[in-house]
Amino acid sequence: MSNPFSINGGAVVAMVGKDCVAIGCDLRLGMQALTVSNNFPKIFTYGDAYLGLTGLATDVTTMAELFRYKVNMYRLREERAIEPETMANLVSSSLYERRFGPYFVSPVIAGINQRTGKPFICGFDSIGCIDFAKDFIVSGTASDQLFGTCESLWEPDLEPEDLFETCSQALLNSVDRDALSGWGAHVYIITKDKVIKRLLKGRQD
Amino acid sequence: MEVLLGITGKDFTLVAASNAAMRGVTILKAEDDKTRTLNSHTMMAYSGEAGDTVQFAEYIQANVQLYGMRNNANWQLSPPAVASFIRQELARSLRSRNAYHVNLLIGGFDTTTNKPHLYWLDHLASQASIPYAAHGYAQYYCLSILDKHHHPGISLEKGLELMRMCRDELVKRLPIDFKGLSVKVITAKGVQKIELETAT
Repeated sequence: MSNPFSINGGAVVAMVGKDCVAIGCDLRLGMQALTVSNNFPKIFTYGDAYLGLTGLATDVTTMAELFRYKVNMYRLREERAIEPETMANLVSSSLYERRFGPYFVSPVIAGINQRTGKPFICGFDSIGCIDFAKDFIVSGTASDQLFGTCESLWEPDLEPEDLFETCSQALLNSVDRDALSGWGAHVYIITKDKVIKRLLKGRQD
Repeated sequence: MEVLLGITGKDFTLVAASNAAMRGVTILKAEDDKTRTLNSHTMMAYSGEAGDTVQFAEYIQANVQLYGMRNNANWQLSPPAVASFIRQELARSLRSRNAYHVNLLIGGFDTTTNKPHLYWLDHLASQASIPYAAHGYAQYYCLSILDKHHHPGISLEKGLELMRMCRDELVKRLPIDFKGLSVKVITAKGVQKIELETAT
């Protein structure tokens, strides 16, 4: 109950398809069982990298702002957008900086490397250990449910629109089985030359 | 059992706070002002740990007003900017040895976009921009009333009617008299106090 990772609730999922990736999040912000807001997106964009953050809401906002600063500084210094792989190392080292007083978040990164054209997803624990995955990454209070739905729905080399459907169904059906997540969702479908953001309406209970 | 309430409408933001200063079950004062005006079009209401609240509120008020003095009188912090600043200060304090235990509602009216703003912040510095908000036990009684009756385009009269409905429900359900609400409204004209007629 007083676990910082499950005070506010929330869920994020990322998936790899054929030359595309998808990342989705729910929209709930709560205090224990009470819902405070149903418009609290947990995905933030940084150049070619998309960062999903679940966990303690205050740290979600703090980290999103911290990375906005760090990625802007990176872009000014390097005169190019940050690559998803580089972003992963930036997130990892920023989290490990707080090894003995961590930010209570479980970040997820999704993106397509504009140089190589390769899809990339990864997840982290709260102290920055990177979890590279070829299939999907889940995080948040609905992660147990997301492992189940992703494990049964996901298959290799899905086309963008099929990946959107798979990712959305996995997310929506997981958050419906979790009291601390839900209230609608945002899903991004990322291909090399196009990004589609869709707002999903979910159960409002 | 401190009550904080906030409602936005078409062209206004209402922020209300209970008048009782309490310590445990004792009422120490019946006309306590739990609000601070930050600049011409933003204000905040606060509740929480006794000493922390006023200390933090005055620190914020001083810094927002300092920003106003350092810049042109026509260049004041917008309500979203004020809310972000407050959140950052509270989040910074959260990671210190003695964190402020303060819950806040920030109400404002953006005169450039002509939009009302209401921000909800808890003592962990979780921030949410929402159409109506409450803190403390009032959340359990008032949010359901507002879920049913509020919609974004309501007039000030309807807003005050909703405020009265919430007040009457709290008077009926809370075990301790919170000595009524003092209500402030923020419109394009600025921050004004409004008298909410007493319960019938």
